[in-house]
Amino acid sequence: MKSAFRVATAGIAVVATMAALAGCTAPKPAADNQKVSISVVSLIPGSKQEAFDAFDAQVKQFEKANPNITVTPQEYEWTGPTFAAQLAGGTLADVYTIPFTDGKTLIENGQLADITSLVKALPYADKFNPKVVNAVQDSKKNFYGIPIAAYGSALHYNRALFTAAGLDPDKPPTTWDEVRADAKQIAEKTGQAGYMQMTQKNTGGWQLTTATYARGGRVETTTNGKTKVTLDNAGTKDALQFLHDVRWVDNAAGSNFLFDWGSINQAFGAGQIGMYTSGSDIYTNLVQSQNLDPKDYGMTVIPMKGKNAGTLGGGTIATVNIKATAAQKAAAVKWIDFYYMKKLTNKSAAVLDAKTLDASAQPVGVPVLPVFDKKTLDTSRAWIKPYFNVPIDQMAGFSNGILSQVPVGEPSAHTQELYGALDTVVQAVLTDKNADIDALLKSATANVQAIVDAG
Amino acid sequence: MAVLETPRASHRVRVRRTPLTWLRGGGLSNLLFAVPLLFVFGAFSWWPIVQAIVMSFQKTNLVTPALFVGLDNFARVLGDPLFLTAVRNTGYFALLALFLGYPVPLVVAVLLSEVRRWKGLFSALAYLPVVVPPVVAVLLWKFFYDASPTGVFNVVLGWFGIGPQPWIQSAASAMPSLVLEATWAAAGGTIIIYLAALTSVAPELYDAAEVDGASVWQKIWHVTLPQLRGVLLITLILQIIGTSQVFLEPFLFTGGGPANSTITILQLIYNYAFQNSLGGNYGAATALSIMLAVFLAVLSFVYFRVTKAWSTN
Repeated sequence: MKSAFRVATAGIAVVATMAALAGCTAPKPAADNQKVSISVVSLIPGSKQEAFDAFDAQVKQFEKANPNITVTPQEYEWTGPTFAAQLAGGTLADVYTIPFTDGKTLIENGQLADITSLVKALPYADKFNPKVVNAVQDSKKNFYGIPIAAYGSALHYNRALFTAAGLDPDKPPTTWDEVRADAKQIAEKTGQAGYMQMTQKNTGGWQLTTATYARGGRVETTTNGKTKVTLDNAGTKDALQFLHDVRWVDNAAGSNFLFDWGSINQAFGAGQIGMYTSGSDIYTNLVQSQNLDPKDYGMTVIPMKGKNAGTLGGGTIATVNIKATAAQKAAAVKWIDFYYMKKLTNKSAAVLDAKTLDASAQPVGVPVLPVFDKKTLDTSRAWIKPYFNVPIDQMAGFSNGILSQVPVGEPSAHTQELYGALDTVVQAVLTDKNADIDALLKSATANVQAIVDAG
Repeated sequence: MAVLETPRASHRVRVRRTPLTWLRGGGLSNLLFAVPLLFVFGAFSWWPIVQAIVMSFQKTNLVTPALFVGLDNFARVLGDPLFLTAVRNTGYFALLALFLGYPVPLVVAVLLSEVRRWKGLFSALAYLPVVVPPVVAVLLWKFFYDASPTGVFNVVLGWFGIGPQPWIQSAASAMPSLVLEATWAAAGGTIIIYLAALTSVAPELYDAAEVDGASVWQKIWHVTLPQLRGVLLITLILQIIGTSQVFLEPFLFTGGGPANSTITILQLIYNYAFQNSLGGNYGAATALSIMLAVFLAVLSFVYFRVTKAWSTN
């Protein structure tokens, strides 16, 4: 036994020494003209080859303009669980994107790189929409990312199913009662789900919050820094009752009730869902990854109902890996400026981007919300209008209505936990005819409030 | 006494090791041979276990420095309303798997052992599900479990006049559906173990039973099962440990839904660690992992103590 103990001790000593030696390799700061390599997120896995070709072409354009920088694309799809694992495991690219939802907390947790000086050197640093830039700054107004896109909530609908059900695809529903009636008609005439919502991986809560805002409800209120969880509000109850009736009274929700962001897009792309709500930025995914025929796609605004009704807004932030060296951070911000931002502020860059995407048959002209202001957005869209290849007319309901809706930010305290708790409620309503909505919301409120109070 | 002590003392002198004797005795080469093994086990098995134990007492996001929080993580887990749900669901899965998954491989193995022709083919067919990658198997069964009237299983049920079933889309039928797939996927491995064990049963015992006029069922009951006793006890505890750690099926089929009806302990651990994109509660995740490991260790110890007499007599 003693011998075995000694062997084990010696072994551990060897392991410890090797580990210590491995830890001695510290990154060296790079000189200005030194070669720098950065990894950047590209497209979501499963995107079409043409989309990757377009991305690679843009990488080449960037490398040509910056000969000392080498860019390595890395496929990427933001989902809560995979992002958490990548963040903890240190495997994120040097440039990656996150939703607005997570910006503030990641900044507070010290998990994002401070790129203030690099961002302030950009010509448009002081022109961001104040509401948008808030998501990437701390209380001292330091920058920890760059907001690259903003979206609103939208009702997406399948025009082919509308037509098959005898509905006019150019007249999408404008009230929740019309949504329900159209969903019922689609289900009866086509056998597909007329209306469905996401239910899994916190997206169920995200979309229930969207539906709550649209009915004037709020899931959290903050007074004097103290957050009160209000999941059992009238708007959420009404949204759940609507869902219950679509499912159990009209039998218009189909037969699959376990959807997350990716799988509901997949089902919609396959023509199995007539209508669903999601961010207004999903057209590219539907076409690139889900093989949706563009002529079947329609987008309009989510119906608003009652006082205080608003639309849940969000967006995407490009951030730099906290483990990047100073030279990599500088190169990373250059890439963000080139790939995401220049097309919004510089005519030649916008035209080159649109030309490159159009040459690979990738979507150009999908409606977006302003990251700076409406005038800048309109100007940048005017530059690339000749290259628009998406069915803009089929999205007119959204484009014409979104700016008149009141934008409401996502709940700020323990957002993901709150969404997760609501996932359970949404699933219960869709799978249990006798689900007690009041009791479910009361229980979820108590559970989330406990998490919020625990800090 | 002195007479007795002298040889013992001299014996002790003979075997006492100094660094020099250790070196001369080939200790260094032994150590060098052991280093790769120690490194692999140390780096990929022992060190992570030690890290997990330490982490269960910490609050950490794995990016900023960790903070020791005593037993807070354990208190958080025990106070989580989902903890009892997960324990209950895991127990339910284990129970269903015991009634459905445990006897099936045994029955199939006994039947296969009786087959005289095409035995190899049938054995291969029984083992086939095991070689199907688990994720592929789940995706395949998701098609089978399609709850619409055009789903594979629902079409088959329709042939017998039975209406479409919700399968994994209902809280009541989700867990049995997962157990059914898990049994299909895992039975092959256990069947092979039973088939191997059955070959060790002495043919004379069957001959003697036949002379005594025993029927097929009597031979199985009085000869086969007692002879397989040791293997049966091992596969039982392995099944209990395996089902207590069930993750793949609930994670891929239902994500723990509908409405937490299939959330298991491992799924809860996963959720603690990864559900929140803002950096999970790794402390709570490791705390629950440690609790599960301790529970299974104690269970295994008690099980082997209790069944020691059965497996040897």
